[in-house]
Amino acid sequence: MAAKSIISRPVYGTLSPQPGKHHLFIADAEGALAISDMAARAPAGFFDGAEIDFIPGPNNEHVAALEALKPARFHLAPSFASLLPRLKQTLGNAHMGLRLYLAGTEGLIGQAMQVALEAGIDHTSVQTEHRGSLARRMQCVHCKGITENVTTQPATCSHCGLLLLVRDHYSRRLAAFQGVCINAEDRSEIPPMEEAFP
Amino acid sequence: MSTGTTKLDVVVSDVVPVNELVTRFHFRRRDGELLPTFSGGAHVVVEMRDGDRTRLNPYSLMGSPLDTREYTISVRRDDVGRGGSLFMHRSVKPGLEMVISYPVNLFSLDLRAKKHLMLAGGIGITPFMAQTAQLAGEDGNFELHYTCRTASLGTYADVLRERYDRRIRLYHDDRDERIDLDRLLSTQPLGTHLYVCGPAGMINWVRDRAAALGWPSEAVHFEHFAAPQPGLPFDVTLAVSGKTIRVDEQQSLLEAIEAAGVDPPYLCRGGVCGQCETNVISYDGKFIHNDHWLSEDDHRSGCKIMPCVSRFEGRSLVLER
Repeated sequence: MAAKSIISRPVYGTLSPQPGKHHLFIADAEGALAISDMAARAPAGFFDGAEIDFIPGPNNEHVAALEALKPARFHLAPSFASLLPRLKQTLGNAHMGLRLYLAGTEGLIGQAMQVALEAGIDHTSVQTEHRGSLARRMQCVHCKGITENVTTQPATCSHCGLLLLVRDHYSRRLAAFQGVCINAEDRSEIPPMEEAFP
Repeated sequence: MSTGTTKLDVVVSDVVPVNELVTRFHFRRRDGELLPTFSGGAHVVVEMRDGDRTRLNPYSLMGSPLDTREYTISVRRDDVGRGGSLFMHRSVKPGLEMVISYPVNLFSLDLRAKKHLMLAGGIGITPFMAQTAQLAGEDGNFELHYTCRTASLGTYADVLRERYDRRIRLYHDDRDERIDLDRLLSTQPLGTHLYVCGPAGMINWVRDRAAALGWPSEAVHFEHFAAPQPGLPFDVTLAVSGKTIRVDEQQSLLEAIEAAGVDPPYLCRGGVCGQCETNVISYDGKFIHNDHWLSEDDHRSGCKIMPCVSRFEGRSLVLER
């Protein structure tokens, strides 16, 4: 669970079944457990109108548990990038009454939220639950490059190589935390790098 | 005192009967300048000086927000109400100098919407007159479903049909035409926002069905000006100003407080904006809550009241005013 800090830092909740005609779940890795936990509280037949799009972790865990919920549609994707066209098409054809549930890493929740916002869904109406890694998706505010799965503080920009302080300042539009040069005054000053977002 | 607003000195520039119940009033500034800009859904509070009595009633602005040379409102005559609409119909003539508030919008469009779905009932059409004009000017995507009792009471139905053609759907009670609400709500593209204005029963029905069909509350907007209901007279002690006042049958608690020379903040005077929320210090009796602002817990707690629309029956009531 992420600690509360500045207002732009996303806060996640616990998935709960919403009234609606269609339910779309997007999850990665341990996000599957959030769906399983919610299923225990869901009314009978809830998954008859549900689609689960799942990006398994490296060990391919939790696939059987999600299939056992018998959603109307179940789709496995190797990465968020590979899921993106399907997600855009689903939301583009959807009607009001579809509810969105996002579970798993912050990177997954943030990027799926970005697509949802473009489709006209208000971010406060999306159910989210953070599970698994605290790794961050980071934008370098200097070169604008995005670095995925940042676990250290400070972190090196994978594009321009600057050493960046990973801030809690978050952009929903970019689905990324902001990274700001940590030693702009004196580049020879190298603070110790810690594993801050395991 | 209306919070954050100042008053506008206006003159009635035209009075136009629209049908047997509704009359339209046009206002211009007395100094000839343009009126302040507003957005579709905004209302103004009109001060009605009727002898020694002053009523303050909110009315939606129904003109195009693109034209601020004049403001227009439409008033439905209510023969059994508290007299504000009757005063407008009987006593307000072209050339009369009046005072109105700056416009305030508690029912604005969410311009992030992919589509705007509007549901009007009866005189609830007025905010949509301004909203449709605003959206049409921006090439916005909207659809208006308008329920009226009969064709002759379908205020502005003809104007809207002429302006927007098939984007306006009409339903007449006397022809037993009903909105197929569940179907309508289930076939809207993702990103649609819903707006409803009309009688309380209609608003509750639409909000309930929308919630049941999975519309998030963020996408459902409604406006209901609850006109203050008359009721039994009651006495109130205003602890801060050290006054004891009587609220008459036809007076709202807010009006009685104002008549005693105390100026609480207000905006909508219809139980929706929250500005006049007042703490209760002690009471012996029961509240008649008519607002849409306080939560059910607040209503049960007996700690708060919205004096613009709510009343009290009992032995004593002490307010923090």
